[in-house]
Amino acid sequence: MHRAEMIMAIALMALSSVFMIMATDLPIGWVRGSGPGGGAFPFWLSAIMFVSAAFILIRELRKRLTRQQALRHFIDSVALLDIGLVVGALLITIGLMHVVGTYIALPLFLAFYLRVMGQHGWLLTAAIALITPVVVFLFFEVTLRILLPKGITEPLFYPLYAFFF
Amino acid sequence: MLTSLRTQAAAAACALAVAVTAPSAQAADWEPHKPIEMVIMAGQGGGADRLARFFQSLIQKHDLTNMPVLPVNKGGGSGAEALRYMKDNAGDAHKVMATLNSYYTTPLRQDIGVDIETFTPIARMAVDTFVLWVNADSDIHTLDEFVTAVKEADGSWKMGGTGTGQEDSLVTAMLEQEFGIKFTYVPFDGGGTVAKNLVGGHIDSTVNNPSEQLPFFRAGKSRPIATFTEARLEPLPDVPTMTELGHDLTYGMQRSFVGAPGMPADAQQYYIDLFTKVSESEEWQEYAASEALDTKLLTGDALQEYFLKERATHAKILGIN
Amino acid sequence: MEMLAHLADGFALSLSPLNLMVITLGVTIGLFVGAMPGLGSVNGVAILLPLTFLVPPASAIMFLGALYYGAMYGGAISSILLGIPGASTAVATTFDGRPMAQQGKAGLALIAAAVGSFVGGTISVILFTLFAQPLADIALAFGPAEEFALVLLAFTTFVGLGGDDVAKTIVMIAFGLVLSTVGLDLISGQPRLIFFDLPGFYSGISFLVLAIGVYGIGEILWTLETTRGRAQVMTARIGVKDLWTGIKLLRHSLRTMTVGSLLGFFVGLLPAAGATPASLMSYGMAKTFSKKPETFGKGAIDGVVAPETANNAASTGSLMPMLTLGIPGSPTTALLLGGMVMWGLMPGPMLFIEEPDFVWGLISSLYTANAFAVIVNLALIPLFVYALRMPLSILAAMVIVLCIVGGYAPDQRLHDVWLIAAFGIGGYLLRKLHYPLAPLVLALVLGPLMEKAFRQALIAAQGDAMTFIERPLSATFLVVAGLFLLLPLAQAIRHRKTPTEPANGSAGA
Repeated sequence: MHRAEMIMAIALMALSSVFMIMATDLPIGWVRGSGPGGGAFPFWLSAIMFVSAAFILIRELRKRLTRQQALRHFIDSVALLDIGLVVGALLITIGLMHVVGTYIALPLFLAFYLRVMGQHGWLLTAAIALITPVVVFLFFEVTLRILLPKGITEPLFYPLYAFFF
Repeated sequence: MLTSLRTQAAAAACALAVAVTAPSAQAADWEPHKPIEMVIMAGQGGGADRLARFFQSLIQKHDLTNMPVLPVNKGGGSGAEALRYMKDNAGDAHKVMATLNSYYTTPLRQDIGVDIETFTPIARMAVDTFVLWVNADSDIHTLDEFVTAVKEADGSWKMGGTGTGQEDSLVTAMLEQEFGIKFTYVPFDGGGTVAKNLVGGHIDSTVNNPSEQLPFFRAGKSRPIATFTEARLEPLPDVPTMTELGHDLTYGMQRSFVGAPGMPADAQQYYIDLFTKVSESEEWQEYAASEALDTKLLTGDALQEYFLKERATHAKILGIN
Repeated sequence: MEMLAHLADGFALSLSPLNLMVITLGVTIGLFVGAMPGLGSVNGVAILLPLTFLVPPASAIMFLGALYYGAMYGGAISSILLGIPGASTAVATTFDGRPMAQQGKAGLALIAAAVGSFVGGTISVILFTLFAQPLADIALAFGPAEEFALVLLAFTTFVGLGGDDVAKTIVMIAFGLVLSTVGLDLISGQPRLIFFDLPGFYSGISFLVLAIGVYGIGEILWTLETTRGRAQVMTARIGVKDLWTGIKLLRHSLRTMTVGSLLGFFVGLLPAAGATPASLMSYGMAKTFSKKPETFGKGAIDGVVAPETANNAASTGSLMPMLTLGIPGSPTTALLLGGMVMWGLMPGPMLFIEEPDFVWGLISSLYTANAFAVIVNLALIPLFVYALRMPLSILAAMVIVLCIVGGYAPDQRLHDVWLIAAFGIGGYLLRKLHYPLAPLVLALVLGPLMEKAFRQALIAAQGDAMTFIERPLSATFLVVAGLFLLLPLAQAIRHRKTPTEPANGSAGA
């Protein structure tokens, strides 16, 4: 916990430094006669963020830990595996949306999540993985007319468009 | 190069034919087989957005397409986002973009790697006009009084307008150059907000479009000084043009549709036909008249020529060569 | 008297069979669109605007108005059930709505939200009927300086110092405000903070993307860790009797509702502000003046009633500058305005004189829409609550799908979905380390308004910062804002609270 706290403070300091450097593309000072320049808000707010994060870091460094506190983990290995799997699946799903589109990526994600994470039966998994995309299509594309990304599967939808629109 | 010239020539010929004959007589060979995306170069709720959605609703009302037209706002970075999006979708026949003047000013002001010459021109639907306005409580009635007052204010005269680099700021820059005066330019995020700030007395003058100020004008809360048009405007018959007053200041905001670079020629023709029909609709003509819009239609090559000329003019106003 | 006659005519119009049908339909669609995380009234109105050409203009605007109302009610549903605010106006509803749902009181929270919305909407419509025209000028008195002061006030009513770890709160506020500056700088017309030169950053970072990320994905990851993915979520159930008990319980919240309605209506009148600052201020007021302020953030019923009353009151209030001045207070009202213009109605000072039938038809339809919205909403509550009884592993998968699709839908950019994933992971880690997330989200909502108004005011005053103090309205707001900032601090000093490490479960807000 103690180490995670320090790593996060350092990460936030690094992030705010990047913001500060990027903000200097525009004037960060007080422009005479018109108030702060375009870079002033992001720059000085990032500076505040940097200072506060540095304060947190110093506070952690000076903290005297009891033995028990020092041994407390940020996360245990079981939870780490669960969360790693979900995050991985999420990122792969979004990546797949670019290539094979929403209607392949979402069922795959649902199938993985329900079967592997939730350990539900095949029947339930299949039912949800197949019904959800249909509902999504009917609600978003047919009712609200918002097209979701389809990637290379786009031509497969031409007959559906012709039917619904 | 040769083929593209030829297709453009063919498109121009067709455009001419469409313009001459009745629009219903001709049907393009191409038809969309998926919904048409209408990319809007501005955020939701602004003037450009409202107009684009108006066109969409006219298309839907008269059932002019077999597939729905779906508006999508990509207003980021003064339209930079929309321009990049169209460029990345080169050759796509199912995307049209509703443009405004940032179509040329944004690529001029920032290096976003987009050359509008490569885009496919479809149709210019309207040109919006600009008028110089002051609050009705002010004692300024003529352009000369206005110029004197601005000079007396010595740079502290507050001119309100849309974001820096957008149309209002260009018109303001033109005024500064012509009269050798200096304003304090206060940018707001939309024409409606600008109009309200004038009526509320938070700024001293604006160059609002007529549609933004007319309701206040009718209620006697704002006063037009001069128009930036070639001829007087129908809803404001008593307001002189800048040209009449001896100043060569005209400026218009075009509202057009373009396709992605490399849109197939038959698709381009389809959209030209489509927007020609929209342009001829009674609702559009009525609406345009009430908003003091110039509805002269330009399509295909004639439009491209217009774009390039306007781009050169804007480069000059912006001081880029 | 003349007004009553007008109103009676208006009711005759809005209660015609066609219009009643249109209103019911609008309310129901709005409810579902609003309940989707990511989609709010602006999407609903934008998408359905063209469809309204099928009916006469008066019916069309009633349909859109009903949709607007329905979506405002619906926004609370995802805030309470999933903890994901469906729109910025519903952020404050998550603070207590979510904890209530976690305690198995989802039904009560939904009832409180619905009844609060109804009361807020109704009081606001009555004020609207009485004072629409005379109050229009208030909106005009608001310049950039006043807008800045008001937004600052909204911010401080909620984020008083004290409570959470101060250093961490400041980090999060600054972080949120920096994120709000990404994109185009309106004042100079220059792009800034375009990370990796991605075009998606040109339009800035939408509040929804951050909210769906930290409250949607982040929440799922958090739940996954705390429950090991196997526990049942909540055992909420609700019957007709519970509905009635719930409504009766709300008589204790009458004062909160009254304050919320008035506050919402007046803040809603101001063009730039709208419903989000109104809901935050109402929440802050309810907490400050509550007899039990310590229950706020842990499932206080008044914490749901206050923002919901105010945001509905404000959405009614914000119709007024749109109708009487032609100034939209929010993207949604801008679209409604666009719709009116298309039908040949010119909003502005003359509308009440030139088109009385239309105006009073619309006003009366607001009464009707509000009544229908509360009925439809209450009727559907059992259904929504039932959805929560799904096993967590199914619910979590569904929520992730909703986050992906709902995050993509508003602007149709996969870029936003990647950001949601990044914010989800980052938000989960921050939350584990007790960084408060609400200030981060609020800073992103209010940041753009604040910076813009601040700089506009300074430009107009030739860079003279005294403008904020010299203008009476803005000075008043600033003083009140200062009080709100210092009040919790003073209380903290008086109570001499020893700084304790927050317990694991209390990070729910």
